[in-house]
Amino acid sequence: MSQILDAYRGLKLRDRIAAAPNWARKVVLLLVVAFAFYLPFLNILPFAYIRTDLSSSGSDWASVLFLVVVYMIAAVGLNVVIGFAGLLDLGYVGFYALGAYSIALFGSPSSPVVESIQNRFGLSEEWAVPFAMCIPIAIAMSLTAGVILGAPTLRLRGDYLAIVTLGFGEIIRITARNLDGVTNGATGISGVPVPPGPEIDGRPFFNTVDAERWYWLALCILIVVVFLAFRLESSRVGRAWLAIREDEDAAAIMGVAAFKFKLWAFAIGAAVGGIAGLLFGSKQQYVEPNAFMVQLSFLFVAMVVIGGSGNVYGVLLGAFLLTYLPERFREFQEWRPFAFGVALVLVMILRPQGLVPSRRRAREFEDRRHEAEEAATDV
Amino acid sequence: MDFDALFSGLDRHTLDGITRGSIYALVALGYTMVYGVMKLINFAHSEVFMVGTWTVLGVYTVLGVSTGETLPVVIGATLLALLAAMIASAGTALAVERIAYRPLRKKGAPPLIFLITGIGCSLVLVELFGQVFEVLFGPPFGRVTVNIPSVLETKELFTIPGIDLTITNTRVIIIVGAIAMMMALDTFVNKSRLGRGVRAVAQDPDTASLMGVNQNRVIMLVFVLGGAMAGVAALLYTIQYDITKFDIGFIIGLKAFTAAVLGGIGNLRGALVGGLLLGIAEVYASTIWSSEWANVTAFVVLVVVLMFRPTGLLGESLGKARA
Repeated sequence: MSQILDAYRGLKLRDRIAAAPNWARKVVLLLVVAFAFYLPFLNILPFAYIRTDLSSSGSDWASVLFLVVVYMIAAVGLNVVIGFAGLLDLGYVGFYALGAYSIALFGSPSSPVVESIQNRFGLSEEWAVPFAMCIPIAIAMSLTAGVILGAPTLRLRGDYLAIVTLGFGEIIRITARNLDGVTNGATGISGVPVPPGPEIDGRPFFNTVDAERWYWLALCILIVVVFLAFRLESSRVGRAWLAIREDEDAAAIMGVAAFKFKLWAFAIGAAVGGIAGLLFGSKQQYVEPNAFMVQLSFLFVAMVVIGGSGNVYGVLLGAFLLTYLPERFREFQEWRPFAFGVALVLVMILRPQGLVPSRRRAREFEDRRHEAEEAATDV
Repeated sequence: MDFDALFSGLDRHTLDGITRGSIYALVALGYTMVYGVMKLINFAHSEVFMVGTWTVLGVYTVLGVSTGETLPVVIGATLLALLAAMIASAGTALAVERIAYRPLRKKGAPPLIFLITGIGCSLVLVELFGQVFEVLFGPPFGRVTVNIPSVLETKELFTIPGIDLTITNTRVIIIVGAIAMMMALDTFVNKSRLGRGVRAVAQDPDTASLMGVNQNRVIMLVFVLGGAMAGVAALLYTIQYDITKFDIGFIIGLKAFTAAVLGGIGNLRGALVGGLLLGIAEVYASTIWSSEWANVTAFVVLVVVLMFRPTGLLGESLGKARA
């Protein structure tokens, strides 16, 4: 035993985790997940200081947790695009909005789309597309948007993609605000459906009061998404992304169909963004265009990049910090975009691999730095 | 769909489009030059323009001028504002290069990182005017639209007979000013010694540095020139619209970038062609549908160009800009 312990000392945290036996890692993971599920009721000092509702003006703790997890889902999805495939998507909020709008348009009895379906088929005024059906619709809508947007631009240089996606995010919002006949314009759509469930205390299972249930639901989805992201990273597709990211020409020569895999990354990222948006819209039970400003896209990018693009754990940390900190310190809310800007510049210059980098990414950066230094001394 | 409105005022709308387009073209020059030399989209360029508009406001406030001054005062104040806006914008562009891009170039960072620091700088600049300065100095800074006194008042100059099109002094100043600045820049890049360095680096950075061109100096020069052009655009914008806001840069930047891509990014004359065409297309579209959709036009144009002619109308490359 002591030999094992000796071997552990002097190792970095990350190596210790890697060196730990498999069962130990699983137990720790389970404990972390269990703790995450317990978080809404956290009341043990001193840990309770992380709660956001300590003062009367604070925000509801469970709602904050829910938002953190929704943004984590979005960040993990965006990480597929930025971190795995190395494409910069600045319009991620567009897919997020599409997810939220799909469930609102098809699931709310008062949306113009549902009303026209009711009229055409003579359905009752209560009728709407059931919640379970809205999920595939939302995924399909954002996936299709991703393919439509990616197909013309992914063949070109990566930086064009950034600006086209930036425009796309704005277009979705402008369209949602101006297509009065479809989206109700700036008024937004209310009556967005919630997942079905048994009634408790005379209230539906998912309601506006008990936010912790929403949080648990989102957490379950996050766990699935994170699991899929890990599987994807180590799959054939993941290796193709890695090859494209490091050297697209070399990858193409080795027979990697760069365009196809980039489009896959883009579409998968879009679909995950749609799921996050769907959760958000459903919890709010109300969707309006102003919830999807372009700043949210920058926030998502900041989460991925500051956390450490390419590393799912890093991205989760980034999403947590950038969502939680502004809620915990609400009095500085107005300073949030400024702080993001400063943080983006500082992190990129001082630690371009992010706070918790993926090992491979960190090495790529190291390589490039050496090459640049050698090139400088050669001249 | 209201084609009648478009055709009944076609001349007026075209003039409107050219006015807008001249401003886009001037801003587009900054994108196109930086892209030509560094193969990089300078995301903070839109904010360089925004700083220019605030400088104009600052100069007018310091001088205490407003509407209805005598002609010499108007000319003096406008020229001073022009100079100040050019210096402020060029300085901002230079600062962005020093803070956000140069450290990364030394490290040989991948292109993605440059874009992200650019966005970071853009956010910082926007928030400086929207938040930080408001806390420090109070109004007019903040997240509201600010009026700029129209020192240069709009006056009717003449009417083109036959089509009944009234030409105002501001339109003449904007269009002539923008085209004159662009011609000056074009001549500078194509004829001067420094301009030759710019073209050399655009064509082949390594060979250029072997031939004794200081690459860092060329990059700084490009940022200064692009910034100064954005400063001119800022003054012309305030002459036409009399407002500024902390986030006006975003949408103008997006359009100017579209203009640059439309004309062929890296191509100075392409920026002019792209800017004018985009301005006209936008005014037409907002007449046919509604002004809400004007911003969508730019995006649709961008996607269509990228799909069918990604090198733009006049082709790319600052290095080959001889012809």
